[in-house]
Amino acid sequence: MSVKMKDTLIKPIVENNPIALQILGICSALAVTSSLSVTVVMCIALTSVTAFSNFFVSLIRNHIPSSIRIIVQMTIIASLVIVVDQILKAYAYEISKQLSVFVGLIITNCIVMGRAEAFAMKNSPVVSFLDGIGNGLGYSLVLLCVAVVRELFGAGSLFGVEVMPSWYVPNGLLLLPPSAFFLIGFFIWALRSWKPVQNEKPDFRICANTKAVGAH
Amino acid sequence: MSSNSIGKTLGVAFGVCLVCAIVVSTAAVALKPQQLVNIERDRQQNILRAAGLLDLSIPLEEQFASVRVMAVDLRTGQFTDEIGAEVADNLKSAKTPSLSTSFSDLGTRDIAKLGRREDYTLVYLVEDENGNLDKLILPVRGAGLWSTMQGFLALEADLNTVAGIGFFAHAETPGLGGEIDNPNWKAIWNNKQLYDGDELALSVIKGAVDPEGANAQYRVDGLSGATLTTRGVDNMIQFWLGEHGYKPFLENLAAGEA
Repeated sequence: MSVKMKDTLIKPIVENNPIALQILGICSALAVTSSLSVTVVMCIALTSVTAFSNFFVSLIRNHIPSSIRIIVQMTIIASLVIVVDQILKAYAYEISKQLSVFVGLIITNCIVMGRAEAFAMKNSPVVSFLDGIGNGLGYSLVLLCVAVVRELFGAGSLFGVEVMPSWYVPNGLLLLPPSAFFLIGFFIWALRSWKPVQNEKPDFRICANTKAVGAH
Repeated sequence: MSSNSIGKTLGVAFGVCLVCAIVVSTAAVALKPQQLVNIERDRQQNILRAAGLLDLSIPLEEQFASVRVMAVDLRTGQFTDEIGAEVADNLKSAKTPSLSTSFSDLGTRDIAKLGRREDYTLVYLVEDENGNLDKLILPVRGAGLWSTMQGFLALEADLNTVAGIGFFAHAETPGLGGEIDNPNWKAIWNNKQLYDGDELALSVIKGAVDPEGANAQYRVDGLSGATLTTRGVDNMIQFWLGEHGYKPFLENLAAGEA
């Protein structure tokens, strides 16, 4: 595997994480992370949709007229999502019931659309496929970290199996969507302390205090 | 031809649509049988769960083997052989004119806001080893605040005692009306009585029930913060256990004439 391909696959996981750095796909990260098994299925679904939509968009990138490129990408993404949804309904019915609308909402997930438009339109199919996998894994990394904390401390279990000792009183707040906000915030803080290059420059600086001179 | 010419644009749009349509419809058609099996299994689980009989450690087929599914004609309150699994979906049969009756024809107010009442429904009889009725499970539904709440009401063999209630589809406010899924609230229903003599007495009241009160066995606590959902559940009970619901059927069954 060439260096470029490896970079394409690995970089989005930590250095250019879609959630932590690009701040894409937050909504589903809040909604589906209250239990690990649901999260894992969501991660697999999103990674495969991103990878294949990148692949197919890249395959026909030289034939897509620029005036309808977004709608062509959307059609491809939407079709893949429907296929994934149908497969889940057939083979993982319980989990598809818990994921409910969020599988369908992968269509509007900014990561999928963003990668198709920003990467797949300019690169060859295989590299685009790897970019899709990489970004899917970056998304999965954050989701899994959040889900482990939420399920472990919110319900005292992992994958539905009780792991915390019996004296532990589960913290119900962690099962509610706002807790994912805090956790993603902490995750971004930790990541940026480790890799300070990800810190953004402030847009503006507040002026130093001016001194009142003379007039009222 | 340039990618941006009108012909090419139309061609690409059509081609993409055609390929995507074929992929999507192939997936939908090929996976349909497996999905229907899942929906049926889910339905069986809901039925058993409402009666408090669901045990996830035993295969579902084995558990459901003791359940006898019968069709009931709600107009006469009798079992019927004329119709079968095609009326399994109560919502669907209520929308089919040939399988339902309008409320003006029934001559009653549509308190549970059903639109039309189906003429046939499936009921589920759980029997013990000797073939005697152990529990009877009836499908019920009614409008809550936001949605139609669909569920099952399970009765004990005396046909006058609640054995459990459960909703499998609703969209009430999470945390308020959504508490109709709360196991603690559902547990209150167990052992409540339906009829006082001939009159339907069971109702959901606002606030908590005084356990020492005169009619405590007929009263269920309302959900605080969810007055309209509570009222919806009460209307559902009033309709489905009333004259135009299951009352004639329950009377026939108790008398051994169903």
